[in-house]
Amino acid sequence: MKFYIPPQIPRLAIAFAIFISLFLLLRHFLVPDTFGKYGHYRAASLIDNEQPEIHYSGQEACFKCHQNIEDKKAQDVHSEIHCETCHGPGEKHVISSKAEDIFKPSGREFCGKCHALNAAKLKSAVFQIDLEKHNVGKNCIECHNPHQPWEMKK
Amino acid sequence: MGNEKIRISRRKFLKNATMVAGAAFGYAWLKSSQVLLFAAEPKDESLPWYGIVIDIQKCIGCGSCAKACKNENDVPKEPFFFRTWIEQYTVKNDGSVNIVSPNGGIDGFVQTVPTEEIFKSFFVPKMCNHCAKSPCIQVCPVGATYDSPEGVVLIDEKYCIGCRYCVQACPYGCRFIHPVKKVANKCTLCYHRLKKGLAPACMEVCPTGARMYGNLRDKNGELVKFLKEHTTQVLRPHLNTGSKLYYNALSSEVR
Repeated sequence: MKFYIPPQIPRLAIAFAIFISLFLLLRHFLVPDTFGKYGHYRAASLIDNEQPEIHYSGQEACFKCHQNIEDKKAQDVHSEIHCETCHGPGEKHVISSKAEDIFKPSGREFCGKCHALNAAKLKSAVFQIDLEKHNVGKNCIECHNPHQPWEMKK
Repeated sequence: MGNEKIRISRRKFLKNATMVAGAAFGYAWLKSSQVLLFAAEPKDESLPWYGIVIDIQKCIGCGSCAKACKNENDVPKEPFFFRTWIEQYTVKNDGSVNIVSPNGGIDGFVQTVPTEEIFKSFFVPKMCNHCAKSPCIQVCPVGATYDSPEGVVLIDEKYCIGCRYCVQACPYGCRFIHPVKKVANKCTLCYHRLKKGLAPACMEVCPTGARMYGNLRDKNGELVKFLKEHTTQVLRPHLNTGSKLYYNALSSEVR
């Protein structure tokens, strides 16, 4: 069999070569760096996701200054509750040490978020009181020390 | 050329064709099983492989988690953007189910169903399930959402085109489009905190310890121990999402 290449084949081959090299060139500029290093994504995005600053410091940071509260808390039922559960994000206060940078909760509604009676809360999970019957009109912290709830104030 | 006869016997042709077809079939089979293996078990064994447990019996619906999440991750304050939220399910005596989630539970819950009508009631905190075979990753057309080597489903905000496919694909409703950035947004399991050795904000503030996270690879770890000792369930198991968020004491009413 005589080996014969029809003239349209080389032309097609050139067209294909141009198309493929253009594609590779475009791809080189369009695909971002680090794409595909670990999977079908930009590996550098993992670093981006580490960047946001924290707002909640964790209670270890609180206890560095407030050792007395740690000791108080440890003696009562609120021992397992971390500071920022009630006081809100503390990172700003940890840095500045200013009193206005931390939230000081007060009021029946605030305590009620956990302690108000609700059929959905298991009795074993939290101590519940009926806000409409229990010392109406009084603020909880008038009698209870929030860090040590069962050490009643006079 | 066009007139030349094919000089190959029928026997040889069939033999070659069968070999090619067999090889293609074998390759396809091998390839697909590799894909499955990859989705179920990532490569780097030195990193933790995070899983989450939520204990419904411990949740008291105080909303601390949802509030902390918004503060920590600067989630828009509108009452329809949440990375985590709490739902209250109330099953009535007549069998109907009442589901409420006012402001995602941030302001706490007030039981609206009269006590005598309640059959049972419980809270269900919801968040990203960090699925191992997650639908949201599969639908992303540009590779802007992915499973990190630690098993955390993350978003590449610089690369996301805001097409909303993933928002639709998530069977748990855990994604939204950020109103300012115009890209998809979701729970990152506080990836920035995990990398600093801190607990995710929602777990840091949970007063009853209803939420736990841990390394699923660590067979002696607290999380695996909990999974061994309790009957846990994932949401929508029939969808085969490979969810890594395990609920303890999940009731069948939960959707």
